[in-house]
Amino acid sequence: MKSPRRSIILAVAGVAAASVVLSGCSSSGGSGSNGKTEIVVASVQPGASAESLAAFQTQVKTFEKKNPDIVVRGEEYDWTGPTFAAQLAGGTLPDEFGVPFTDSKTLASNGELADLTPYISKLSYYKKFNPNVISVAKDAKGHVYGIPFSPYAMSISYNRADFTKAGLDPNKPPTTWDEVESDAKAISAALPGVAGYMQMTSGNTGGWELTSAAYTRGGRLETTASNGKVTVNTDIPAVKESLAYLAKIRWTDNAAGSNFILDWNGINAAFGSGKVAMYMSGSDVISSLVQNDAVDPSNYGVTTIPLESSAQAGVLSGGTVAVGNAKDSPAQLAAVTKWIDFYYGQPAINKAAAVTQAKALQSSKQVVGAPALPLFDAATAAEARSWIAPYATAGLLDNVKPFTDGIGKQPIVPEPSRHTQDLYAALDSVVQAVLTQQNPDVDALLKAVNTKIQPMIDADADQAALK
Amino acid sequence: MTTSTERLAARASARPVARRRTRGTPATWVRRGGLANLLFLLPLLGIFGVFSWGPIVESFIIAFQHTNFVVTTWADPFWSNFQYVFNDPTFWLAVRNTGYFAVLALIFGYPVPLVLAVIMSEVRRFKGLFSVLAYLPVVVLPVVSVLLWKNVFYDAGATGVFNTILGWFHIPPQPWIQSTATAMPSLVLEATWAAAGGTIIIYLAALTNVPPELYDAAEMDGAGIWKKLWHVTLPSLRGIMLVTFILQIIGTSQVFLEPYLFTQGGPVQSTTTIMLLIFQYAFQSSDGGSNLGVATALSLMLAGFLAVFSAVYFRVTRSWSQN
Repeated sequence: MKSPRRSIILAVAGVAAASVVLSGCSSSGGSGSNGKTEIVVASVQPGASAESLAAFQTQVKTFEKKNPDIVVRGEEYDWTGPTFAAQLAGGTLPDEFGVPFTDSKTLASNGELADLTPYISKLSYYKKFNPNVISVAKDAKGHVYGIPFSPYAMSISYNRADFTKAGLDPNKPPTTWDEVESDAKAISAALPGVAGYMQMTSGNTGGWELTSAAYTRGGRLETTASNGKVTVNTDIPAVKESLAYLAKIRWTDNAAGSNFILDWNGINAAFGSGKVAMYMSGSDVISSLVQNDAVDPSNYGVTTIPLESSAQAGVLSGGTVAVGNAKDSPAQLAAVTKWIDFYYGQPAINKAAAVTQAKALQSSKQVVGAPALPLFDAATAAEARSWIAPYATAGLLDNVKPFTDGIGKQPIVPEPSRHTQDLYAALDSVVQAVLTQQNPDVDALLKAVNTKIQPMIDADADQAALK
Repeated sequence: MTTSTERLAARASARPVARRRTRGTPATWVRRGGLANLLFLLPLLGIFGVFSWGPIVESFIIAFQHTNFVVTTWADPFWSNFQYVFNDPTFWLAVRNTGYFAVLALIFGYPVPLVLAVIMSEVRRFKGLFSVLAYLPVVVLPVVSVLLWKNVFYDAGATGVFNTILGWFHIPPQPWIQSTATAMPSLVLEATWAAAGGTIIIYLAALTNVPPELYDAAEMDGAGIWKKLWHVTLPSLRGIMLVTFILQIIGTSQVFLEPYLFTQGGPVQSTTTIMLLIFQYAFQSSDGGSNLGVATALSLMLAGFLAVFSAVYFRVTRSWSQN
């Protein structure tokens, strides 16, 4: 017969064990028993290679040596709308992570990010930031929530081998939308089953790229009146031209391939596997293509996105802000800021830091020299590039020349600021419509997008007025 | 009324007569091991409470709130989240799409396992092999099978597996999931393939319970294979079929995996189902989940609809399954 006393002990032990397991679920760090501050920081993207993780670990060791009172633990992290919201809801965000320019202001205003003003304002280069760039990390009251890094501009990525196979010169990528179309046609004709040119269409990226295409034709999807009222208008010529252009490549030229539901990861994988030869991408995508999609940097080319002659024509630009967890203690936030400074800030202004980072990336076969936009001023950026030039991935600096040579002349336009992801999500359907239906009613679809997004923007304005 | 009262009385009398327990004091309860029982129950209660009942209760609360996980306020007016859902044109589209998926799955997906199970029960050789082949798709991880179908079978290029097979019969390549017209039927096809095995096993088990004398008797009366099927097999399976039917309705109303992985609701929202819309409300808005209240409201509406539907269904079909 079982002893009741023993049963009780077992039961108590079971409950205790369960509560220990449950309490261990939180991913955030804290103060260690040895008096050190522990922080969990975003490291590499999920699915990244072992080498990229090793490169990251090398950086962590260097940091911990400089800051013996801080313990850093890396956690795989990739910003996507759905996973970010889930992590925020579950309280499992790391202590340091990245959010896109489009979302940082809204998240900060909602109290969902940590206020890093006391720590960041002490950084030596804080005042050097390009005011337009640092503004994405500030809320309406001027508090700073992080520092921006790896700003990108929209560009055209292309497969150099496919250009050669189609009889095109990979060193002379297209410079106008007409040339993009004729090159795409040539590639699809020479390589059946390969999309000569394609854009993303789902997971909010269809709207992102349609907006970029409209910018190159001088369009703006959101406008702010002098009284501050923001109006969304997607039913404009630049958007319609961009859609008609895509439809022509799909239906007339038959050069868009056969897969029309592609999000960011999907199109990168399609490019990596040779199903897409040319596509619209952020200028820094090569780092991810090498980490996740086995793209050979020597076979990769990138050029500036073509701009039409309109005075308003510009290139869409965005980036990521390194931010802190709103639930962290002041000691953790101070440590987080030190990490952000070390990992993102110093390599842009300090030669030794830049070289250390480049060497770590190089030794683990990661991309060094991915094209980006200047964080500070153009001269600082050029200097920083010269520091890492000796370590740059073989052939990459030459292959990205069409982009780096041209980007300085392109006017930069930030993304729409209000309900950006909602706007992009609504536009996804319109992009899919022109790719999957012969003659969709584009006017009606765009008007429906306006009717859907405008009330969201107005509701925010009403709430702000109430406050 | 009389019949149901009689039935209740019959049921009550059929119960074994329980020995009436004497009321014990707390001390006797402890002595009989009540405390240990309670302690053993606690982990279960804790886990169910934390992971099942807690979220259910909380979802009732969140459905009436605006929350972004940091700042939470009560919805004003109180029912505004529900109002939002009803005013959203995508909701009605999602209802239509989910209905379309359910109807297609019912027309094509529901009879397939039944027909296959009946055929398999008639086969005398290699029965085990056929069972394994039928059940294999259920063993394949759902995400893996969807990605396999998406990238290999449904490849809309001329080199896709299905399009190559069609090419042998001089049928031009089909767009499969790349067109608003064919996307939903393509999803149903894969879902049927993936789920049929489980239902086949249930039917096969039920078929082994059909007394062989019934078939012998039918044969004696001169019944052919169709008459045996109609008058013996199907009536014997009626109870199981009623259960698989409601399970199928509930399953198809909650379809998420296929539209999410195949098409993310596209092209042009032609595969946006209610579950996918709930997901989009919750996780695809600009500020990380400010629509969580709306998403929860829609979840409650779906759960409420399914509960009412199931209750009505069992009420209506009660007499069928017993006669």
